[in-house]
Amino acid sequence: MVTVLERDSELRKRAWDAAASVVDPEIPVLTIADLGVLRDVSVDGDRVEVAITPTYSGCPAMNMIALEIEIALERAGFHRPTVRTVLSPAWTTDWMSEEGRRKLRAYGIAPPQASSSRRALFGEQAVECPQCGSDKTELLSEFGSTSCKALWRCKACREPFDYFKCH
Amino acid sequence: MSSANIQVSETPLVLYALRRADDALILGHRLSEWCGHAPMLEEDMALSNIALDLIGQARELYTYAAKVEGRDNDEDKLAYLRDVRQYRNLLLVEQPNGDFAQTLVRQFFYSAFADIYWRAMMASRDATLAAVAAKSEKESAYHLRHASEWIVRLGDGTDESHARAQAAIDHLWAFTGEMFAVDDGERALIHAGIAIDPGTLRGHWLTTLSDVVSEATLVLPQNDWMQQGGRYGRHSEHLGHLLSELQSMQRTFPGLTW
Repeated sequence: MVTVLERDSELRKRAWDAAASVVDPEIPVLTIADLGVLRDVSVDGDRVEVAITPTYSGCPAMNMIALEIEIALERAGFHRPTVRTVLSPAWTTDWMSEEGRRKLRAYGIAPPQASSSRRALFGEQAVECPQCGSDKTELLSEFGSTSCKALWRCKACREPFDYFKCH
Repeated sequence: MSSANIQVSETPLVLYALRRADDALILGHRLSEWCGHAPMLEEDMALSNIALDLIGQARELYTYAAKVEGRDNDEDKLAYLRDVRQYRNLLLVEQPNGDFAQTLVRQFFYSAFADIYWRAMMASRDATLAAVAAKSEKESAYHLRHASEWIVRLGDGTDESHARAQAAIDHLWAFTGEMFAVDDGERALIHAGIAIDPGTLRGHWLTTLSDVVSEATLVLPQNDWMQQGGRYGRHSEHLGHLLSELQSMQRTFPGLTW
């Protein structure tokens, strides 16, 4: 019995690591673990189920992510893995890890502010330029190249940049 | 998958989810018609992004409707294999895009409602609907801010943009009453704490509208005669044309996938 449990927990860790290595197809520096999209991995005998929570309602990357998880698990030796979508509780940008925020900034995308409150979504925003670090920035377009981003510009270094919106 | 119309057992909860899913899908489809045609690049991205949010909301609600119904329907069948009389969306969302002002006024009326509606629905006793609401309310709030800024810009802009914005408000006003109507099936859901009574939100909605419209130097119509029928499948002539485009691939090549 003990050995079975140990085997299960080791299998679960291997399955988790495989799923956690999947990256966001639109922002390939972020893994789904960094994003907070990966919620749970359960192993029952030789069956693996991965639970994910969608970011934006219409984010097309979610379909791709589910497929990539299946492929990653198959490659790790798990057969016919299933991916379940969990809607509740709803994902927010607060779930993004510190590591994820750091990687985003290094990639040139300003990370979401630390609170997904309505004030952060609508109030005075001081978005720091991911290139030069200045807070003298301005909004160019509320909607950007993907659902999760807005387009900003730095008034100090004059570079335009993406901002990962609070959600 | 055949190309014939599916049948849906419309219990009150299935019908509830279908109505909101249809609102989101049809409005999302309308907005997607602007893709590549908007007056400027930022608006092309904005309208396409809003369309994407709405279609995403529709998918979650269709999936839930199919699950509650418990037969072999799914999100695709519900979207692609129901005919116009089986659609349950508000008449407002199926109205043609018209000019840019008409598109933005339609969006403004809808988003001002969706914003407070979904916020209130976060307290639903139905965990799935509460979760869909939590996501939709943030998205709707963002959509509302975008539309509100445009209403002010158009109304307080040139004589031409002012006239077009006012004409759009006058034209679309009669389609707004349906948002607040409730029938017996939905009343039962409201009593059970699953749905909320949209009638209680009308005051808040009107205040939001009045604030923006007065800043835009526009006026809200005084007439209170309202057109209804969409919730029961009685649509304007426009929805059939929209569906013929939306559904043409699945009707022509049943079961087609990417």
